[in-house]
Formats: sequence, C-alpha cells, structure tokens
Amino acid sequence: MSIRRLWIGLTYVVFGLLLIVPLIQIAVGAWSDGAQSFVDALLRPQSLHALMMTGIIVVVVTAINTLFGVMLALYLVRGTWLGGKIKRLLNSIVDLPFAVSPVIGGLMIVLLLGPNTIIGAFFEDIGFKVVYALPGMILATLFVTFPIMVREVMPVLQEIGSQQEEAASMMGAYPWYTFWMVTWPSIRFGVIYGVVLTVARSLGEFGAVLVVSGNIMNKTQTATTLVYQDVENFNVVAANGVALVLAAFSVGLLLLMEWAKKRKEVH
Amino acid sequence: MLYFVCLIVLPICGIYVQSLSEGWSAFWESIAEPLAWKAVMLTIKLAVIATLINMALGTMIGWVLIRYRFPGRTILNSLVDLPFALPTAVGGLLILLLLGPGSLVGGLAQAIGIQIVFHEPAIVVAMVFVTFPFVIRAIQPLLEELDKSEEEAAYTLGASKAKTFFQVILPTMAPGIASGAMLAFSRGLAEFGAVVLVAGNIPGKTLVASVFIFGEIESNNPQGAAAVSVLLLTLSFLILWIVSMIQSRRSGQ
Repeated sequence: MSIRRLWIGLTYVVFGLLLIVPLIQIAVGAWSDGAQSFVDALLRPQSLHALMMTGIIVVVVTAINTLFGVMLALYLVRGTWLGGKIKRLLNSIVDLPFAVSPVIGGLMIVLLLGPNTIIGAFFEDIGFKVVYALPGMILATLFVTFPIMVREVMPVLQEIGSQQEEAASMMGAYPWYTFWMVTWPSIRFGVIYGVVLTVARSLGEFGAVLVVSGNIMNKTQTATTLVYQDVENFNVVAANGVALVLAAFSVGLLLLMEWAKKRKEVH
Repeated sequence: MLYFVCLIVLPICGIYVQSLSEGWSAFWESIAEPLAWKAVMLTIKLAVIATLINMALGTMIGWVLIRYRFPGRTILNSLVDLPFALPTAVGGLLILLLLGPGSLVGGLAQAIGIQIVFHEPAIVVAMVFVTFPFVIRAIQPLLEELDKSEEEAAYTLGASKAKTFFQVILPTMAPGIASGAMLAFSRGLAEFGAVVLVAGNIPGKTLVASVFIFGEIESNNPQGAAAVSVLLLTLSFLILWIVSMIQSRRSGQ
C-alpha cells in the first residue's frame, strides 16, 4: 500500500505545483495592493473596453461557430451527396486549425485581408475595415475555434445512427421537424459541451487576435492582449486584476464543462 | 460548406502561396537566416523536452486518477482541463509571478545560480503547463477499457509488479501516450501566449518560432513571417497526420 500512497502523493504534488499554487497566487496577487487598486485596475477605461471587446467576440464567435459547426457535422456524418473520399479529406481538414499556431492563424488573415491585398482594398473602399478592427478579430477567433464544435458533435451523431431519423422522415416528418424532434435531443449535450469549450477558447484567444487587432488601446484591445500589454509595461498588479477576472471565468467554465460532460455520458 | 472552405482552406493556401510568392530562393533565404533557423531549432528542442516531461507526468497521473480511489480524486480529475480553459496569456502571467525574480522560487533559484524566467527553463515550464492535459486525456479511456483481469492474471502467473506494468499495462497505454505526446508536441511548437510573456525573447537565445513570426509581422516583413510559418505548419500537419494514422490503426484492430 505504500507504493499506492507514494503515487497518490506525487500526483497531489504535481497538481499542487502546476495548477493549484498558480491559481492561489493570482487570486492573492490581484489583492496585494489592497482592494482599491484591484478595483481601480478593473475600472480603467481600457480595462472596461477590453472586457467589452472580449465579450462581443465571445458571443458572436460562439453563435456563428455553433450554427456552422453543427451544420458541418451533420453534412460530414449524414450527407450522402458527398463521396466517401471527399468526406474523409474534409474530415481531416477540420482539424487543421488545431495544428496551426494562433500567430500563424492571425498572419493568414492579415495576408489575405490586409489593406494591401485585393480583397482588403475592396472592403476598405466600401468603408469596411477588416484587419486591425473588430471583423478581423472575430474572423481570427472563428478560425481558431472552428474544429471544437464539429469534433464534439460528430461522434455523437455517429453513435446514435440514422435509423430514428430515417423512421421519422419515412413517417412523413419534414427535415426541419426531424432535426428538432429526433436529432437535437440526442446531440443537445454534445452541443452544450462544445459551446462551453468554444467560449473558453475564444475568451482566452491571444496570439491570433494580437496579430490581427494591432492591439490598439480602447479600440481593438481585448482582455488577454491588455494583460499582455500591462505585463510589458511592468504594471503587474493591473495585469493581475484583469487576469483574475479571466481566470474566474475559466474556472466557472470548467465547472460547467464537468456538468455538461456528466450529462453527456448519461445519454 | 462554402463558409468552411473560405474560413479554413483559403487562409492556409494563402500562406503557402505568399511564402513562395517571390520564388524558392527568397523562401530559402528567409528560412536560412540564422535567427530564424535558431528560433525554429530552439522551439523544437524545448518542445521535445516539454513533451518528454509531460509523457512521464501524464502517464503517472492518468494511471493514478483511473486506478486509485482517494479523497479529492474527482476534483483533481476536473482540474486536469484547467490549462485548456485558462487563457494562455494568463498562464504566462502565472508563471512569471510564481517563478519571477521577486518570488520565493525565483529567488531561491537565483541564489544557486539558475535563471528561470526569461530563460529556457521558463519556456519549458510554460509549454508543460499548456500541454498538460493532452497525454492524460489520451490514456484515460485506454486504461478504463483495460480489463483488470488481465492484470490479475499476470500477478497470478507470478509476474512481479514491475513486470506486469511493463508487459501488460504499458503496451495498452502506449498508443495513447504516443498520440497524446504528438498532440502535446505540436501544441508546444505552436504555443505563443504563455511563452511570449516568460521567454524574454532575446533573438538567437530565447526567441521561439511563434514569437519570431510575431516579431517579423510587427516589423513589417510578412514574407519572412510566412516562410517560417510554412515550415512550422508543415511540421504540425505531419504530426497531425501521424496521429490520425495511429488512431485509425487502433480503431481498425
């Protein structure tokens, strides 16, 4: 039994050093100069603006990715008009954003849509700025978070099989009706789990957004890029304040994730 | 479907085209530039170290969390995902605060002559932190599937604990460890947020590839940035492909 004790102890040590101590540290660090400076750090105009930007991005990205992610998963699993080979190819392409460094993801968008390119210049002409503005940042985050929803929903769809759906449509149900009444209830918790993961990822996205946004204070700065800038300016207490808010959100999301995972397993 | 092509395929093709837009020789020049080359090699070296650490830690923790029942197990199990949920910039800040010169650990290390923050160890720590969940999550399902009776049969037949571990348990975990390690490695290569804050980014010394790319973009050299990106991307794609090979072989069995 002593070996067992040793392993469990070691596990606790690793967790403590790697995960728990840092969390406590950030909570303590934000308060180190008193509550007032923590509140001040959060109520700076740039903090409020940055948190608002992050909020907008999270909401828009999660909405778009959920919609298109579920659609693509349906196509890839159920679509009959795609050949098997094309399906397999698309299937492996879905994962690409996971393999791409966020900085590179941001660079791609700058290269494609930057002011010097054809598409970028076109949008600029009609007065719609993409790069160094909100649309580019949303695009970058969309790119980075794209695979999450597809990867959560596809296995569930594969597992439940298509029999029930076929039965429903055979009995005369419209495709839309079939989806809501038959497919949706079984993929529901997979989707919720995907949403939570997408929110977490887009909340924390840093590299891609930093490249695309140009990190202009009070304009295109998000919460994570503000943390970065505060650290670069040796304003650690302020960075800590914003980081604590982000970390609190993440822990909240983690709890939600656990809940969704449990519900997912029941189904 | 069109959305999918526009969002994913087009940008990736775009970057390959851009890096080759001025011909092969310009591409090679960008890559062969000493600083770029050093940054890529440094990234690979540190990512390998971080992956090895994670393989050891991940195997141990995955094993303990599945096999033993002890107080706090479920909490630890959910905490595993924390690095995925935490913004990487926040992760970097944490490491900076914990290991920085003003902290207890940082001061101690400095006293015995080891520099952590703004040097290679900090980059490794950042990579280990960010890629922590991969190996654990890859081996847990395999361990759950492993029939306990196989293990017991080995004991009954007189095998020692170590022998059982290496001949019965480890082979079951091996595909999980391998694919988890591959994913961790490719994530380590790509990591930016946590690393940029702790690395100090001294060109040729602690400048990793993703930070190098960022610097090139900032100094308005998209050509150089694209060339190094293509190098990293190709490497990552290769890894991803190997992982899917491992997985499809496993499901085929």
